[in-house]
Amino acid sequence: MSGKPKLHYFNGRGRMESIRWLLAAAGVEFEECFLEAKDDLVKLQKDGSLLFQQVPMVEIDGMKMVQTKAILSYIAGKYNLYGKDLKERALIDMYVEGMIDLNELLMVHTFQPAEKKEQHFATLVDKATNRYFPVFEKVLKDHGQDFLVGNQFSRADVQLLETLLTAEEFKPDILAKFPLLQSFKARTSNIPTIKKFLQPGSQRKPPLQEKDVEKVMKIFH
Amino acid sequence: MAAKPKLHYPKGRGKMESIRWLLAAAGVEFDEQFIEKKEDLEKIRNDGSLLFQQVPMVEIDGMKMVQTRAILSYIAAKYNLYGKDLKERAWIDMYVEGTTDLMGMIMSLPLQAAETKDKHLALIIERATTRYFPVYEKALKTHGQDYLVGNKLSWADIQLLEAILMAEECKADILSAFPQLQAFKGRISNVPTIKKFLQPGSKRKPRPDEKYIAEMRKIFNF
Repeated sequence: MSGKPKLHYFNGRGRMESIRWLLAAAGVEFEECFLEAKDDLVKLQKDGSLLFQQVPMVEIDGMKMVQTKAILSYIAGKYNLYGKDLKERALIDMYVEGMIDLNELLMVHTFQPAEKKEQHFATLVDKATNRYFPVFEKVLKDHGQDFLVGNQFSRADVQLLETLLTAEEFKPDILAKFPLLQSFKARTSNIPTIKKFLQPGSQRKPPLQEKDVEKVMKIFH
Repeated sequence: MAAKPKLHYPKGRGKMESIRWLLAAAGVEFDEQFIEKKEDLEKIRNDGSLLFQQVPMVEIDGMKMVQTRAILSYIAAKYNLYGKDLKERAWIDMYVEGTTDLMGMIMSLPLQAAETKDKHLALIIERATTRYFPVYEKALKTHGQDYLVGNKLSWADIQLLEAILMAEECKADILSAFPQLQAFKGRISNVPTIKKFLQPGSKRKPRPDEKYIAEMRKIFNF
């Protein structure tokens, strides 16, 4: 009997990717059950597996957890990636929520109608380089430590690396003005569990291609 | 001496309202600094008070906290409204995320263009009555306890009450098929701190009207 967490989602990044990152960073092996067509989603909805009829859903520790933020918080808490006290958790939460906002912008870009894409791209580059990255550059500069919070590896570091790499996929030189984020990226990528996740053959998913957008839309709409 | 938390937001519900609910339910007095015009927002942006240039912002325990969910989690944990262990917290988080999604839909209703308003309202009612309320109805029926998680008042209960009242503002009889939720509503409304918050003169904010929406558009440029 496998006690490994089991992830239910389509075979792509979407809202499940941050969960894959966090489990991988924590060194937790997991299984995946991919939704290939609408029927797969309907089946899960009908058998009562999805609290709010939605995925992501992760079977973990006897629970069928839904809601991305709830799942991430649980994993972070369980694997000691959530700081040592309430105040550190507060900082981690603030940073992570900001990164999630940026990630959301990045994630929805592929789904933008053609006529809105250029404007949307400009917005996401602007927000990344003027609102979000300066914050984390400053945090690292102010304390001079390797990790964002409490001189200890946390979910905030995992989320930041994911966000930095995704942003670079949109604009390869997007970190040009952020030397500390560049060194953070290199350092964090070398953490053994993360290094493994970044190698081919891991469960990390590639960015969604235009040609796959329709297939994904069909599952969820 | 512990200073009271200080909330920075326009004088209306928006994303701050859940924070007002939670502080009030926890019996925590707080002050409010209202953003009334664009200059007020610019001021706190320019003085570095807003980590991501956004409100809500709550000054609490020496921090200038931003990001609604981070603020709510902190308050919940600090005032023992977050369950007794990791698993209870997981359930509270799941329930809270559900009500947050529903309230988000309701919050965006006044912002809809006239021609999509009816459709959006219909969607809210459908989601409330077929996706969200059945979950909480079932949870209460299954364990037969007064509160959603761990037989104790938590953040999940407070947010569910907030969501129920908001949904009733959309459709007065929206709870007609949910007897457990009706009883829950009566029960939680009578928790002394919450009862106080529901009375006139409290810091609870009224339903947004056209005037408020117009002000918000000016301040936040949308």
